[in-house]
Amino acid sequence: MLAASGSSVDAQNSVKMTVDGASKFYQTRSGGVHALDDVSIKVREGEFLCLLGPSGCGKSTLLWSMAGLHGLSGGEIRLGSEKITKPHPEIAMIFQEANLLPWRNLARNIELPFEIKKQDPDRERINKLLKRVGLEGFETKYPRELSGGMQQRASIVRSLAVNPSVLLMDEPFGALDAFTRDEMNLLIQEIWMETGKTIIFITHSISEAVFLADRIVVMSARPGRIANIVDVDLPRPRPVKIQTTPDFLDRVEAIKAMIDHRPS
Amino acid sequence: MDSALQDKIPTFGAKGQKADVSLGGGMSSLMSGPSRSAFEIFIIIMVAVVIIGGTELAIRLLEVPLYIFPPPSAIGMALVTEWPFLWPHLVTTLCELLIGFSIGASVGFVLAAVITQFPFAEKIITPYILLLVTTPMLALVPLLVLRFGFGWEPRIIAVALASGPMVMINSATGFRRVDLAKIALARSFGASTFQIFTKIRIPMAMPMIMVGLMVGSIFGLLTTVGAEMVGGAEGLGNRLNYYSSMIRMPQFFAVITLLAVIGISIYVIFFLIGKKWTSWES
Ligand SMILES: Nc1ncnc2c1ncn2[C@@H]1O[C@H](COP(=O)(O)OP(=O)(O)OP(=O)(O)O)[C@@H](O)[C@H]1O
Ligand SMILES: [Mg+2]
Repeated sequence: MLAASGSSVDAQNSVKMTVDGASKFYQTRSGGVHALDDVSIKVREGEFLCLLGPSGCGKSTLLWSMAGLHGLSGGEIRLGSEKITKPHPEIAMIFQEANLLPWRNLARNIELPFEIKKQDPDRERINKLLKRVGLEGFETKYPRELSGGMQQRASIVRSLAVNPSVLLMDEPFGALDAFTRDEMNLLIQEIWMETGKTIIFITHSISEAVFLADRIVVMSARPGRIANIVDVDLPRPRPVKIQTTPDFLDRVEAIKAMIDHRPS
Repeated sequence: MDSALQDKIPTFGAKGQKADVSLGGGMSSLMSGPSRSAFEIFIIIMVAVVIIGGTELAIRLLEVPLYIFPPPSAIGMALVTEWPFLWPHLVTTLCELLIGFSIGASVGFVLAAVITQFPFAEKIITPYILLLVTTPMLALVPLLVLRFGFGWEPRIIAVALASGPMVMINSATGFRRVDLAKIALARSFGASTFQIFTKIRIPMAMPMIMVGLMVGSIFGLLTTVGAEMVGGAEGLGNRLNYYSSMIRMPQFFAVITLLAVIGISIYVIFFLIGKKWTSWES
């Protein structure tokens, strides 16, 4: 059910998504903003990639382009060999603060993508996912009746229900408290290991990136560029307490130094 | 496509909080009044009984003449005995209200939905809509009567003109409360502009649309009755003129009672619809 979609042949190396020389200028009344400058990334099939960088370095801009929600000024995004110019059914986006529709109960929120695609909801899959994230029995609750963590779990179910192969997550747990955040990080790691989805995950938090990622793309601001790409070869599944081991802390320190020492 | 959206990354948390020009903005309390327990409803009914009974008693004790203020019992009697003559007028008033309001509300709603998509056009048109809201449309009735005669046309036009702008201005306030993140969500699943409209924009605007419909319909009732008094050969407004000129006060108050019932019914209908559609907001 939650099995990996896409080919398993040469899964280690095959490229799922390509960001090729992406540049983006915003025109505003007060002048132009150079948000992205010649960013190139090859996202591997089934990898957990974190985008890390200071506020305003263009992380969201890049992710929105990858979701096909807006265009680039230069360069292109590809899913496999297909150019992304508009939202693609294989790509789902998970937003900060869950972004549930407050006028729909949980079940109807999860059905939204099916309604839009004019499909019958895959009840079996939805129920399994709800059970998996511990939301079984909450189907008739409205978002305001759910905690922040539950809302974000619901939004993960909503995205996974239509079985995309790529998940784009824009600081999904940024608004949660530290405990819920650890819990959600564990959950998303488990879901990723079970489903083999390709995940691109934006965060401000270095330790969150090190905890989750196979690779971390460290970005610098103005204009947004790739400063560094860091491999994280910690064994999985990673427990929460790994975050206090010397090895983990060393990695966090190394990345911090990388960001601090970069002239802005 | 939503070209305005293409390049906007929403700032989460601060969701479209610009100050809006809207009448009835504070009327949200109309839609979400405190719910009442059975006991409170009982008290409300008791108060009504006391007021009606007290009036009856006071009028009888003080021997107030019938033509100054009829006792409630006389009004009730008049309502029953006059009913065969009154109901056609009631139907006329309700039809005029319904037709005028439907026309006004639909045009207002569509205009609001379209105009809020074009900020420039909106800025130009809004002052004129405000003008329509604030000018009593009743004032147009004598003019319309000159053109259309004493039939139903002037009244329906006046009702549409009175309720439409009210619906429009409140709906526009609702439609302006766009949450870019929610629209982006729908788009990320491949939603068309029309789907974004029906699945995101309308539900988001619904609380203000309901306020507009409620206030607009009450405005409509006001204008219907006023128009019938000014330029109508039929309808409850016309009956008010008729009975007061004949100094038939119990019948006059019977008509007022009917109007009060219509007004309250409108309120209750929109309150119940609003409760179903806008409860998520509270
Ligand atoms: N619609 C827009 N119009 C003009 N400038 C924009 C727009 N969206 C983003 N920007 C600018 O582009 C730059 C990158 O923005 P972006 O939101 O992608 O950064 P970010 O890395 O996601 O930041 P944060 O971590 O705060 O979310 C910023 O300087 C921002 O002000
Ligand atoms: Mg961002």
